[in-house]
Amino acid sequence: MYQYIARRLLLTVPVVFGVAVIVFSIVRFLPGDPARAIAGVQATPEFIQQVRIRYALDEPLHVQFGLYLRGLARGDLGQSTFTRRPVTTEIAERFPRTLLLASISLAFATVLGVGAGIVSATRRNSLFDNASMFIALVGVAAPVFWLALMLQLLFAVQLRLLPATGMGSWRHLVLPAVTLGSASAALMARITRSSMLEVLRLDFITTARAKGLTERVVIYKHALKNALIPVVTVLGLQFGILLGGAVLTETVFAWPGVGRLLVDAILRRDYPVVQGTVMLLALLFVLINLVVDIVYAFLDPRIHYQGGSEE
Amino acid sequence: MSTATATDTTVPKEKTKKTSELKEVLKHLIRNRAAVAGLVIIGFFLIVAVFAPFIATHSPTATSLVTRLQRPSAEHLLGTDELGRDLFSRMVFGSRISLNIGLISTLIGVVFGVPIGAVSGYYGGKLDIITQRFIDIMIAFPGILLAIVVVTVLGVGVQNVMIATGIASVPVYARLVRGSVLAVKEQSYVAAARAAGLGDFSIIFKHILPNCLAPIIVQSTFQIATSILWAAGLGFLGLGAQAPTPEWGAILSNGRAYIRTAHHLTTYPGLAILFMVLGFNLVGDGLRDALDPKTR
Repeated sequence: MYQYIARRLLLTVPVVFGVAVIVFSIVRFLPGDPARAIAGVQATPEFIQQVRIRYALDEPLHVQFGLYLRGLARGDLGQSTFTRRPVTTEIAERFPRTLLLASISLAFATVLGVGAGIVSATRRNSLFDNASMFIALVGVAAPVFWLALMLQLLFAVQLRLLPATGMGSWRHLVLPAVTLGSASAALMARITRSSMLEVLRLDFITTARAKGLTERVVIYKHALKNALIPVVTVLGLQFGILLGGAVLTETVFAWPGVGRLLVDAILRRDYPVVQGTVMLLALLFVLINLVVDIVYAFLDPRIHYQGGSEE
Repeated sequence: MSTATATDTTVPKEKTKKTSELKEVLKHLIRNRAAVAGLVIIGFFLIVAVFAPFIATHSPTATSLVTRLQRPSAEHLLGTDELGRDLFSRMVFGSRISLNIGLISTLIGVVFGVPIGAVSGYYGGKLDIITQRFIDIMIAFPGILLAIVVVTVLGVGVQNVMIATGIASVPVYARLVRGSVLAVKEQSYVAAARAAGLGDFSIIFKHILPNCLAPIIVQSTFQIATSILWAAGLGFLGLGAQAPTPEWGAILSNGRAYIRTAHHLTTYPGLAILFMVLGFNLVGDGLRDALDPKTR
């Protein structure tokens, strides 16, 4: 087990390194002078020169990359060309908001998705099953930004129940969280249902029923525990995807998180902020995957810890 | 000489097996009501895209200040936008863009991802370890983020969106095909092909990959849907198709400013994206069941 965890940790190192290379390359692959790109659209020639010196852009690439890594390790991600504030400050201010939004979305998606999935599986082919699976299909297919606008239109513009945009009270969180979580809820409902159906077919369920246990105990104590293993894996991955998906949701709801920061930065050609935000989101995703894999190893005793080819 | 006769006898057999397999799959697909609904949806959008100039009632780009922001009417079936352009006609032409993006970016993913996965799975060893780490790095950018990174570097526009979403789907195929190849390469007919003196290239492409087709086809159907969603997302963010191009995500983004007075500009393009994506997802689900002998 510990060997597996150590191996998994070790595999993360080249990935983090590779992510850093890609993020570092974003600016270097742009057409034209990287100093001008980093300095921003309205930079004076003096400022461009300053940037060139600060990022050592006249040095060979590997030296530049070394400096970039050193900056990363110290938490120095450069300076926003738009606000002229350190990128770390910009991100630190907004990241908790994205984390909050993604967490609430995940909670919403889990409760709704797993709940609907269990009921669907236990009442297979019922009206509830068919209706919830139909909604799940639509939920996966609906563009998240469109869903956001439709919810705004209904609950904010027409019914005036909830604020359309911004941040403040818990009421501001409802629409963004529901929007962001809907696709995950749909996915989880489908996965919970099929996993539950699979488990319910197994011999130990028949045995449990034959022992005279109530259906309630069979489903919630015996079946659910086993059926939730794939759901837990998806749960972790979904959290990462929600953080990335926040880009669209935050834009529609004017939620001042890192997703919105990224989009604004791209449109303003504020490359240091783009790099910082992408770096953060990717590293988080790597970290989440790592945690999911380790949790999975604890949950599922069938996983084998040796050998070279398991994913 | 003996190899020649061996292949001579197996070829016709394989052919009849293939056609019956295809018939079997189609039979199961047609029996699946949801999959048929998906096929009908895809067929509908294909017809609209192919015959767009005949179906559109107006030019998709002709502006008219007299007819600004009109509600749907007999003249303008889905109303007009802030420049007086006919929304119905713009959406009809937009179906071409979305289908193109979905198909071409998926093709890019297949063309690069499948060989990478196949070679990685077939040769194994160090090559596999290195390839998989590269795939890990690409997968580290969740969902639409990798496409956003690529578009940031390449710049905006429909063509770059195709490339970006295509690149973002490469790791999906590489992982999928590697897994299938690992399973298939242990089969005895692969050993037989090797014993017959076939090169690695023809073993991979003629003997192994054809047997990994089922998951690739299923994934491609879903991938088209995902690419359409990603492209629309990029268009919505202003990072995709640019202004007068009638791309659905861009139309929707444009209509946002008028959501209180003219919500048809956001409602209909979104519905179009939803239906197109739903169509491909339904067919994907159906194909997965039809191609899996267990669920037949």
